[in-house]
Parts: sequence; C-alpha cells; structure tokens
Amino acid sequence: MKRGGVERSAWLAYAWLAVFFLAPFALVLKLSLSHTTLGIPPYAPRLDLSQGLASVVALVRDLNFDAYGRFVSDRLYVDAYLSSLGYAGVATALLIAIGYPMALAMARAPRGAQPFLVAAVIAPFWTSFLLRIYAWTAILKPEGWLNLALRSLGLPEVQLLNTDAAIYLGLVYAYLPFMVLPLYAVLERQDQGLLEAAADLGATPWRAFWTVTFPMSLPGVAAGALLCLIPMTGEFIVPDLLGGSQTLMIGKVIWSEFFQNRDWPAAAAAAAALTATLVLPILLHQRLQARTLSR
Amino acid sequence: MRRGPGVLGWAVLALGLAFLYLPMALVVIYSFNAGRLVTVWSGFSLRWYGELFRDEALLASVLISFEVALLAASLATLLGVCAGLGLARRARLPARGLFTSAVYAPLVTPDILLGFSLLLLFISLGLPRGFATIVIAHATASIGYVAVVVRARLMQVDPALEEAAQDLGASPLKAFLTVVLPVIAPAVIAGWLLAFSLSLDDLVIASFTAGPGATTLPMRLYSQVRLGVNPEVNAVFSLMMLAVTLAAAAYAIILRQSARGPRTGA
Amino acid sequence: MSTSPLIRFEGVSKRFGDTAAVDDVTLDIAAGEFFVLLGPSGCGKTTLMRLLAGFEAPDAGRVLLAGRELAGLRPHRRPVNMMFQSYALFPHLTVAANVAYGLLQERLGRAEIDARVGEMLALVQLEPLSARKPDQLSGGQRQRVALARALAKRPKVLLLDEPLGALDRRLREETRGQLKAIQARLGTTFLMVTHDQDEAMGLADRMAVMRQGRIVQLGPPAELYANPVDRDVAGFLGEVNLFPVPGGGWRAVRPERMILSRDRPALADAWTGEVQAVAYLGDRTHYTVRLADGAVVRILQANTSSGPAFARADAVWAAFAPDAATVLDR
Repeated sequence: MKRGGVERSAWLAYAWLAVFFLAPFALVLKLSLSHTTLGIPPYAPRLDLSQGLASVVALVRDLNFDAYGRFVSDRLYVDAYLSSLGYAGVATALLIAIGYPMALAMARAPRGAQPFLVAAVIAPFWTSFLLRIYAWTAILKPEGWLNLALRSLGLPEVQLLNTDAAIYLGLVYAYLPFMVLPLYAVLERQDQGLLEAAADLGATPWRAFWTVTFPMSLPGVAAGALLCLIPMTGEFIVPDLLGGSQTLMIGKVIWSEFFQNRDWPAAAAAAAALTATLVLPILLHQRLQARTLSR
Repeated sequence: MRRGPGVLGWAVLALGLAFLYLPMALVVIYSFNAGRLVTVWSGFSLRWYGELFRDEALLASVLISFEVALLAASLATLLGVCAGLGLARRARLPARGLFTSAVYAPLVTPDILLGFSLLLLFISLGLPRGFATIVIAHATASIGYVAVVVRARLMQVDPALEEAAQDLGASPLKAFLTVVLPVIAPAVIAGWLLAFSLSLDDLVIASFTAGPGATTLPMRLYSQVRLGVNPEVNAVFSLMMLAVTLAAAAYAIILRQSARGPRTGA
Repeated sequence: MSTSPLIRFEGVSKRFGDTAAVDDVTLDIAAGEFFVLLGPSGCGKTTLMRLLAGFEAPDAGRVLLAGRELAGLRPHRRPVNMMFQSYALFPHLTVAANVAYGLLQERLGRAEIDARVGEMLALVQLEPLSARKPDQLSGGQRQRVALARALAKRPKVLLLDEPLGALDRRLREETRGQLKAIQARLGTTFLMVTHDQDEAMGLADRMAVMRQGRIVQLGPPAELYANPVDRDVAGFLGEVNLFPVPGGGWRAVRPERMILSRDRPALADAWTGEVQAVAYLGDRTHYTVRLADGAVVRILQANTSSGPAFARADAVWAAFAPDAATVLDR
C-alpha cells in the first residue's frame, strides 16, 4: 500500500547503522588478520585506497592469521571466553531464580502499587553503574561493611572480594532490572481469567502456577535471559572492580590487550571470536523479540 | 478478583528491593562521613561535597557528559524513530533482514565490541577522536533501544488513524506529524530518556572513542576509583541518587496517569 | 438529473499475491444514491471501496469520479471521505478538533471552521460533548463523531466501512434510521460496505452482492430479495427454503411466504410434517418443520394471538402459493 512512505525515513537509520555499526565490524575482522607493529595505531597493514586495487591486493597478500593462531593456541583467550560464558550462565540462572519471584510478585501486586514498584526497580539503572559496582567493593573488601557487620554480630569474617562469588554478586546486582522488567511485562499481561478457569477445574494455586502461568511466561524468561546473558559475557566493569587477577573474563582480556599490551590484532581476534559466537544467540534473541513484541 | 502477591510475595519484593538499594544507601550515608575510611564513622560532615565542588576536572567532565548525552540521545531518538517506523511498517528496504539485525544487534552487543570497532572506523576514516566521536558512538549504541520502544508503541496504534488523517486531506508527512507522533509521544520520550541515561552512564565505549579534552564523568570516576579510595565519589553518587529519586517520583506519577484511559485510538 | 454516473469502476482488478481481491468489476453509482456493497468477508467489497478512497491502486481498469480518472491521485487529494470501521478518532484531540481536522487542511478561516463544526455536531446531535476526548465517549457517540468528521468537508462521496458493526442491536436500528435521514437531507452519495444483510437492505437504494471479487447481482434490495440470481445470493439475503424441481433447478420460497396450518390447504404444493423446533420471537414465531419425505423447512409466522400457534411435535401441513416461489437454475 502506498502510504507516501513516512517509513521510508528508515533509510536514514539504515545508512547510519551501515556506516557506524556494520562497517566497524568488518574492520574488526580485518584487523584481526593484521600484524602488530610499533606506531600509532599499532598495526599493519592498513588499507590505503590511494593506491587503488594494487593496495587491496597487497593487503590480502599481507594478511596474517597469527593473531587467530595465537587465539586458538594460547589457552588464555579460549579459557577467558569459556570462563566468561560460565560466569554469564551461572549469573543468568541466579537472575531467573531471584528475578522471577520478584516479577511475579510485582505482576500480582495491586494496580495502584505497580507503577511505584516499576519505578523502584528502574531507578537504580539511572544512577551510575560504575559507582553501584564500586559500592560493592566497599561492602566486600576485608575492611568493608560486610565484615564490619559480621564482626559486630560475632560471626567470622569472610573474604569475598576477588572471588567468583563477588563476580556473581556483581553481575546479578547489575542486571537484575534487565531480568525483572521483561518478565514483569509478560506476567502482567497474562489473563487472570486463565487462573480462575484452572481453579474452577480443580487445580490448586501451586499447580495452576506450574501448569498455566509458568509455561506461558517462558518466552519472557527466554527474552530476559538472552538480554542478560549476551552482554554479561562481554562485561568489563564487574570483573575489573570485583574480580582479581585470577578472574578471567573476555571483556577484561580485550581491554588489557588494547590499553595495556597495545596488541591490537590480538584484541581484535578476541573480539571477532566473541562476535562470531554471539551471532547465534543474537539471532535467537531477535526471533523472540519479534514474537513477544507482536503479541 | 485480584489476588495480591501474598505475604511471601511482599517479602520477596522487600528483600529484592533491599538488595538493590542497600549498597546505594550505604554509599549515600558515608558521603556524609567526616573521615576517609569506609568503615569508621567519624561524624557528620559535608567536606566531600565541598571537595567535589572544588574539583574542576570532575565538574568539567560532568558538563561534557551532559552535553554528549543530550546530543547523542537526540540523534539516537531521531534515527530510532525512523528505524522503528521502518520495522513496524515493514518498509521496503534491500536486505531487510540485515536492517533488522543492524537495529537490534547493538542492544545485545557488549560495549567492548561497540567501542573497539568504532575506534577502528574512526581511525580508518581519519577522524580525530574527541567530543564528536563519543556522540556518534553513543548515538549508534542507543538507536536500537529507541527503535524497540517506538516500534512496540506503533504496533498498538490503529493504522486507520493515519489513513483517516490522509483521507481528510493531510499529506502523508503531515498526517504522521499531527496524528501519529502525538499518540506515540510517550514512547519517543521514553526512548530519549533511555538513550540519555545510557550515554551518561557509559564507561567502556567512551574510553575507546574519546580523545584529549573530552573526558566524560564515568571516565573520570573510573580513574579516581582505580587510584584508590576517594570519598568524593560517594558525594557524586549521592547527588545522582537525589536527582534520580525526584525523577523516578515524577515518572511514577505520570505512569499512573496514563494507566487510566487508554490512548490507542479506538 | 444528469445521466452520467458519479462514480464509475471500469474493469477494475486488484490482486494481493495470488488472490484476486477484486476481479474485473464494472459498476456505476449515481449521484445522491445510497449504495451498498454486501458480501462475506474476503469478497472484495472493502478493497473496492479503498480503491475509490485511494488507499489502494488498481492493477487493471479505471476508477472515475465525476468523469475524472483518479489514477495517481493520492488519498489526501481526493474529494472523497471515509468513515472507518474502527472510527479512527484522533485520541489526543477533542470531538470538536476531530471534526475540524479536515477543515484545517483546507486552510479555511477560524470563524468558518467553527461554524461548520457546529453545523456538523448539530447534525449528529453531539453539540454538548464537543469538548470531550474520544476515550470519554460511548461507542455510539464515537460513531457519530466519525460521521460528523467525515461529512465536515462536504465530500461528493462518503464511504462507510461497516458503520454499524460495533453497535448493539437497539443502537444499530436507531442509527440506521439516522444515517438514512442524514443522507437524504444532505444528498451526498453514500457508498457503504457491509456483511450484514439487514443493514444493507434497510439502507440501500441499490445494492450489489459481491463474491470472490466479483459482483454477483446488482439492483434495489426488494429486487434482490424476491428474485435472487442464485441460491447463494438467496441464502445470503435471508433464510430460504429450496425445493428441487425435477429436471433441474430449484424453487426458492422465503419462510414468511410459507403457510403453516393444521388442515390441508387448497394448494398444489403442500406436505405433511411435524414441528421440530419453535422459536418464539415476540412479534413472530419461527418454526422448523420436518416434512414426511425428510426435508426440513423453515417457516416464519406473524403472531396474531399471544403465544405461538403451534408447539413441538404438532402434526401440521406446510405449503406455499405458486407466486411465492422464485425459480432458480443455479
């Protein structure tokens, strides 16, 4: 239907994203196939189109898979990547365990209270992520508030900073709103009449939940999980502030390769690998997005 | 008949919200601590607030952050509305799947990747890193958020509204501006606010794409935090909490108002 | 009265994918007519209307308004206005602002706009509600705002998309009368689309029954009802009893033309049977009667005394007079 196409303005967004999102990824890929050199920026070859086709040919001949070789053979990267997935996976499971009951309680809360509950869950998001995680260092460090509280209660002190527990804590703390809110949106929209029908047919509230509410909320759970899992894999701030030198996460590795080692191709190879393996979950996420949004 | 969440439900909510707010509350309290040490209360003092307002570098970074956020959010909103329109109205675009991916993928791409890849682009384009590059980067990262929110709202709008406006003599552009835009305005504003707060809060992307003279607040805070304990940071946080509490209260009231009386155009 | 039609569809076709929504339709509508397109959903009636409004473009054929071809003319430039099925009232504008919207696009003076808005609201009897927003109105009130808004520009043609569908029964009948009166008063050509035969017959000067993108029969309601061109049309416009004719074809008799009695009537077409179901409708009773040969007929009888004349399991005679039947060959 010819609507005169106000939606043709999508071209604008398309062009912008092609230049500032899609093209950069191609560059990451290209960089990962380059050498490290001294200089700014510290890699070669760089594409110099003033030479025309000759420079492209020279580029291809100069491609270097060293970085990838290192990525695969150097256990560091593979370990970091797998370990990141591990942290993200465990954190996601924790987020579901904590976030689902919260979202359910919010969905069942009286209508008047709901906007305030939503605001209360969103509000921390609007302060500084960095400082909220930093607050946890103040809580978890040996001379921190947690141990202060434990000491005053006569309980033994704990060393939680720079441990896996701290990472899980930080990830869950940071991403809780991202799990609770999509779940709340799905649960809140559920037809209460279905539960009444279940009760009418003899189901206890517990059964009704497991056979009606929960299965119907699964798309929301999946959406929330993906929304958290993928960014958590590449998370930097949490492992940087709450983890120690033992904590291996790919986000930290890329950062230190880039800012400390000045090994751009290595950072790019790690980044490219991270991208490649995230494509599948991203596609999955899109499918779910399209489905839940079109309801 | 609405069943409430029950005692267990309220307990879960209380615990969850306590978990969320306890660390923040502690920081706010200790921003008034006279001493440097976190665990020792040395009496009430506004000393750190004073230091904060004398810290020129920090204040400069606050200004820069706000300027970047304002521009980036506005740019992201403009492009995000276009993208949302394209998605909701199934605009005819080449490689439509690629378009959809390009819009949604930044939402789930780790900041590290976004920052790094954009830096490479700026280098190959010969763009000097500074204020503009952060704005571009933040805008790119946020387009998807605005698009998602706008698209969702657009799907709820009766397509007949725009047809009716055109039927009554308004050109397609005018029909959109006078009839559709006012109806989706809450979503557009929500998208802008989302993009604004994402920009204000971003550390990683800015670190990759900033240049000399363009240090954002998170970058400044990160370097201070890395250097060691600095209670001034607590004061910064408390002020943020104040701003957010006021904004959140206003938000909740507005949300309540619009919960009565649907505006989907039926 | 001019002899050339106001609206002309000439060999118009429109496809969506593989299906032909409108298949080679030629139709003339005269100025001042209340014309109705009737058919089941998917028959193409709405598409045909949208082709006139300009929201779709024909793949073949021409659409002409007052002799002028409309091809290439965008909806906002056509002197045609539409009343949408969902009413499509602008939720952020008041009733008065909604009605004024089309006039604002014509760049009329403020005074003139206000006058016209007042005139329209008076026409639909909604003046006291002019400052309200759509979400503060009832369904019937919203429908009247939609009508007033569509008529405000004094279009040559008003298109109505299932205007009574969302209303409850009582309101529907009331509104039907109002629509007819307004059309007669203004003399505007109305083109209405509906799937409800009562609505169609109650309002149309002429109507067309559509099926699968084509016009099956065209004419005044009485003509279509009494002399349907085939069984489908007969059945679509109301209940009908079909009696096969030996050698091919059918005789179609409407339930209200059937005669139900205890004793054998002096008619050639008469059969014994047993009353299977009785539906008492207040002013009339609907009977389902099973004939001796197994066929089931439906009979509608006005109630002359209180209560139905017959009860279930009664033995009766069902018959019809020869002039009550229409012969159909398909």
